[in-house]
Amino acid sequence: MPDLKKLLPPIPDALKLQPRRAGTNPEPKGPVEQAAEAGTHAGAWIDERMQLSGAVRWAMVRKVPRHDWTYTLGFSVMFAFLSQAVTGVFLAMAYDPSTTNAYESIRYTTNEAFLGEFLRGMHKWGSTVMVVLVFLHMAQTFFYGAYKYPRELNWVIGVVLLILTMTMSFTGYLLPFDQRSYWATIVGVNINGTGPIVGPYLSDFLRAGPEFGATTLSRFYAIHMLLVPGAIGAMIGAHLWLVTRLGTTSPPWNKPRKQADS
Amino acid sequence: MNRKEKEEYLREYGQLKAEGEPFFPYAVAHDGIIAVVIMAIIIVMSLVLGAELGPKADPTSTTYVPRPEWYFFFLFELLRIIKPPQLVPLATIGVPTIGIILLMLLPFLDRGAERHPLKRPIATTTGILVIFAMGYLTFMGASAGSPNEIEMKAPAALAGPALVEWEKGRIVVGQSGCLACHKIGENGNDGPGPQLTHIASKLPEAAIAQTLRNPTAPMPSFKNLQTESPEKFKAMVSFLGQLN
Ligand code: HEC
Ligand code: HEM
Repeated sequence: MPDLKKLLPPIPDALKLQPRRAGTNPEPKGPVEQAAEAGTHAGAWIDERMQLSGAVRWAMVRKVPRHDWTYTLGFSVMFAFLSQAVTGVFLAMAYDPSTTNAYESIRYTTNEAFLGEFLRGMHKWGSTVMVVLVFLHMAQTFFYGAYKYPRELNWVIGVVLLILTMTMSFTGYLLPFDQRSYWATIVGVNINGTGPIVGPYLSDFLRAGPEFGATTLSRFYAIHMLLVPGAIGAMIGAHLWLVTRLGTTSPPWNKPRKQADS
Repeated sequence: MNRKEKEEYLREYGQLKAEGEPFFPYAVAHDGIIAVVIMAIIIVMSLVLGAELGPKADPTSTTYVPRPEWYFFFLFELLRIIKPPQLVPLATIGVPTIGIILLMLLPFLDRGAERHPLKRPIATTTGILVIFAMGYLTFMGASAGSPNEIEMKAPAALAGPALVEWEKGRIVVGQSGCLACHKIGENGNDGPGPQLTHIASKLPEAAIAQTLRNPTAPMPSFKNLQTESPEKFKAMVSFLGQLN
């Protein structure tokens, strides 16, 4: 085990706790120093109870094999997902998931709300960007053989994330409730219904009944903004846990510089 | 991978890792730069392409051809290619399900020790072929027309009110999105639904109406059209009833 302390980035002097000598009563300091000290104390207080700084430092200083730019794709997907989460929250502020008002509320967001169309555009095109990135990330891990021992499980979790991402896109498409989204979703749900065994049940679940009705939209909305994002968050957590535990692969053409002695 | 190969991999990996760089700042810097790039792409796309909103959803008419988000085009295209009705479930659910199952099983199917793409010819070729197939299907799906008008001459025998009804039906059927899935004469896409050019010689009007009310998936039901604007529905059925 390397000595972690030596690997840590140095703490700036201003943030260092000054050990106090017994019996001395330190001079009252200026307000700036006092504020700095309060900050360090608060940080130390929290860390003493949460015991997090070790994990954070471990995650930050652990070594990773040298890699190329394709290794940023996983993070890019996560970043696109975060962007979707943020823009989605703002869209939700004006959205009304009822068949009578959904269209009107989106029209309001698009045409009247401050920066509304920009916000919708970011969410809409962000979804395209995220789907493209998921596929690129999958292709990268495929061609680099990163799904092999010991990262098999991480690949499987990745496939679940792929399904969840496509579910997001499918359920989100209905929400503006214009002609295009309405009819495409009806056909999409019907397509699900042709599936063997679970197909009809899946369709009934999505529609909230045998017919496309008033509750279908709110069901899609709940799936789109609560169920699936929650699942994606949890799955990303598991995915990243494995990535940090196992380490990221090295591009397969890189070989160790010095041969292992043994 | 057998035990020896696993140990060998772990040893080599340990060495590569020891020769590597600390996550901070090496990887964090890369990720930070890429985050800025992604944000810029999304913002530019939003500014340039905007967010359109079509006409409000209307269960009684599909003046809009059902068109999924573009990354589902390849599925829709599969429907068009695999036509026999008994195979439709295969196209819609079968192919994607099998695809997902194969993806899930990939690490257990391919357990070789080799990771270099050029030394895994089967995996690499399969991957490239899948990418091309999906790209091709997406392209085909994107360029499939979405017509909502039928160009056709009325049967010579029709005259008077029957002709008016036929004309009306021609327009309603054209507007109702049928052409996304059916071919009528020279109009529309040949699939996933069967050609309707000679539908009347196969089905009597009553059966056509029944199909529209209660179709086999993936065709949408037009029951609402009948309850909300019966005269449109009637025109549609009588137009189809003349296609023999
Ligand atoms: C999403 C695609 C889709 C749309 C849109 C669609 N259909 Fe269909 N339709 C199908 C499919 C698929 C079938 C075959 C179902 C089966 O397996 O029996 C079909 C079957 C039919 C049949 C029965 C054909 C036969 O030979 O038995 C008729 C009639 C028909 N459609 C008319 C229409 C009309 C009229 C419209 C527009 C108002 C329409 N369809 C819209 C997909 C569609
Ligand atoms: C929401 C979707 C996803 C997110 C947010 C995500 C995120 C990440 C991140 C941040 C990494 C580490 C950095 C990297 O190597 O790129 C990673 C690695 C990995 N991901 Fe994903 N991922 C997602 C989907 C997928 C999918 C669909 C697959 C494949 C089916 C997959 C398989 C893997 C594998 C095998 C690794 C290990 C790569 C290595 O060690 O080189 N992930 N993922």
